[in-house]
Amino acid sequence: MSTPSHVAAHVHAPPQGFLRKYIFSTDHKVIGIQYYLLALVAVFVGLVLSLLMRWKLAWPNDPVPWFGDGPMLPEQYLALVTMHGTIMVFFVLTTAPQSGFGNYFLPIQIGAADMAFPVINMLSFWTTFVSFLVMVAAFFVAGGAPISGWTGYAPLSAVGEIAGPGLGLGQTLWIVSIAIFCAASLMGALNFIATTIDLRARGLSLMRMPLTVWAWFITAILALLAFGVLLAAGLLLLLDRVAGTSFFVPGGLVFTDKPVPHQGGSPLLWQHLFWFFGHPEVYIAILPSMGMASHLLSTFSRKPIFGYRAMVYAMGAIGFLGFCVWGHHMFASGMSPYSAMAFSVLTMSIGVPSAIKTFNWIGTLWGGQIRFTTAMLFAIGFVSLFVTGGLSGLFLAQPPVDQPLHDTYFVVAHFHLIMGVAAIFGIFGATYYWFPKMFGRFLNEGLGKLHFWITFAGVYLIFVPMHLMGFFGQPRRYAEGTAVQFLSAMQGPQQFITVAALVTGAAQLIFLFNFLWSLKWGRKAEAINPWRSTSLEWTIPSPPPHDNFGGRQPVVYHGPYEYSVPGAPEDFIPQDAPPRTAPATGD
Amino acid sequence: MPTTVVEELDRAAVGTGGRGPDRRDGGDGDGAPRRAKPPTPRSAYFTGLVLGLAAIFMFFIALASAFVVRKGLGDDWRSFELPGLLWVNTVVLLASSLVVERARRLLRAQPAAGFGAWWSTGSLLGIAFLAGQVAAWRQLAAQGIFLATNPASSFFYVFTAAHGVHVLGGLAALGYVAARGAAHQQSTGNLSADLTAGYWHFLGVLWVGLLLLLTFGR
Repeated sequence: MSTPSHVAAHVHAPPQGFLRKYIFSTDHKVIGIQYYLLALVAVFVGLVLSLLMRWKLAWPNDPVPWFGDGPMLPEQYLALVTMHGTIMVFFVLTTAPQSGFGNYFLPIQIGAADMAFPVINMLSFWTTFVSFLVMVAAFFVAGGAPISGWTGYAPLSAVGEIAGPGLGLGQTLWIVSIAIFCAASLMGALNFIATTIDLRARGLSLMRMPLTVWAWFITAILALLAFGVLLAAGLLLLLDRVAGTSFFVPGGLVFTDKPVPHQGGSPLLWQHLFWFFGHPEVYIAILPSMGMASHLLSTFSRKPIFGYRAMVYAMGAIGFLGFCVWGHHMFASGMSPYSAMAFSVLTMSIGVPSAIKTFNWIGTLWGGQIRFTTAMLFAIGFVSLFVTGGLSGLFLAQPPVDQPLHDTYFVVAHFHLIMGVAAIFGIFGATYYWFPKMFGRFLNEGLGKLHFWITFAGVYLIFVPMHLMGFFGQPRRYAEGTAVQFLSAMQGPQQFITVAALVTGAAQLIFLFNFLWSLKWGRKAEAINPWRSTSLEWTIPSPPPHDNFGGRQPVVYHGPYEYSVPGAPEDFIPQDAPPRTAPATGD
Repeated sequence: MPTTVVEELDRAAVGTGGRGPDRRDGGDGDGAPRRAKPPTPRSAYFTGLVLGLAAIFMFFIALASAFVVRKGLGDDWRSFELPGLLWVNTVVLLASSLVVERARRLLRAQPAAGFGAWWSTGSLLGIAFLAGQVAAWRQLAAQGIFLATNPASSFFYVFTAAHGVHVLGGLAALGYVAARGAAHQQSTGNLSADLTAGYWHFLGVLWVGLLLLLTFGR
């Protein structure tokens, strides 16, 4: 009864106190898994929505499953666009890498028994859960889900159902859900930051923190500063809708011959407030995956991360610059060319820390003894997608280039690769890496590699053609273009992309099967450190006991990436290994 | 037995350690003997307070910037005279802060004579502030100035209401500290009194900032 493998088999067994232990638990590990499972449900909902859109785009006049006998209506398509974007950005990309893995592993990697405020932690999960229910409820109310996009641009989102289906109760639910999500994220961010500052183990100086911890920490700072702004914007939008104020609704608007009784509001004000949140949100989605990819690249190259300090400073720079560039989403909204130039220069300057990170990732791989585990493949895939998606950002950062490309498929391709798929690859890599620690069993590597290769090829087949279609002027958010000559010429690529998306989407079922099957029948993680990693979670049993370190208070003597150290007995030195002769410098 | 696996494992993997079975959080409610998690250090609560205040500050900064931008962009801005009562309310809120601070410092003495009276007085002044804000709203409403009347009035109501909601939270915290009494404070290192006082002072400073913005920005 005393080996880790038995824990894997029995730790979930006690039925007593189920509610407190697994539902309303204050244990950061349970909460991390709850967040992960919520994101897992959300990602499949979002995936199905995107496949329905793809179906409509490829065969616009054919019936679409669940949408009746006739073709899908344009407003139904826009509702799918809105809900796909919203669910993916908030309930997947913000939830899984930060709240899921961060909750589970940040306390352990810093040698703590839990988060600083466990009850607030529990509240932030359940608040997020309520937010998700409210969001999904928008599908089922009169008028259906909103059609104003995940950016909720005013005045479309502000004037109510007069502006279109879904803009009545559906839009109100959308705003309420986002507001609840903001509150949840603020509680989570507060917890992450306080935990990192105050609960680190003895010896764990800032420059000995794993890059995962740095990424979660910086992401939490971004969330703390950004979500309050979105909450304020959402409050004003809600008042415009229900209380007759005119923050965002301009005067003189007429919908289907009916004048809207508002005056003088500014749609641009909504855009400024939204994107002041929205751009940092992009980094909230991608930074944790940067940290996790760095961690995996070092571990599976058996080499120290190349330029650890530069990696930390680069993440800090990306986080800081992320607050200075929101205007690049608004080049086409009517902006002074001088402002646009400032936003453009600041945006392109993000290329510098991004290039530093990419250089260092490749430097880490260079000359390493690379182990191509599934986790490593996804980490390398992350770097590939980050570069591909990042390069198109340099095009869009320039106002003269952005003008023709704005609102085309080029933008869709750009943000899906850099923010969506790259972040998802970070999540997948982390899942394959940490699954044995979380559940005491391995995911199947064969299925994992199959999943990786189909997904990796699939996302390029989906999104590379979109860049070209964007160059040819294919606008986004249009349900179909068959009636327009130059757009109808792109029906072939549309169908190609849809087939690629259906195959890639189906490949995710391999992952889902692997995940569920391995929970019960996966190979047992007999060793507590099967990947021979250095960070603290690999010094404790799988899954870890209630208080993580079993009453022990770990002391850290080493930096996080001491792999292949000359003279060391093994090719890795755990962070808490006592120094053999002289005290280790660690960093 | 499965219920003891975690405990067994702890012993096997890391030695018996120094702590007894968990009593602090009741082993998550199932009665299983589990090792206690160490309490959160005091410093973390103050870090958390500062972070919470930073988030609230960003919320109001966003509203304030919306105020400035909306005023600059529209041509429908109509200024109105702020009720003079607001200045009285401001004095009441700042006095409340001072009284609460006085009470907090009384906790340093053993026993903390007069803590309850001072703390409760500070709390009552906080309630008086909120009552004064509502009275100011009613004065405006009597003049026909409502939330949707004009962007200037919209922002006035949004600022005062959002601040008022945060004051309500502060009053709940003040009430909690008052109810638990000085002895509880002193047995817990004055933690909740210190946190509550810090939050309460922030709300006073925040209100002065908002009032200045409303006064000079309208």
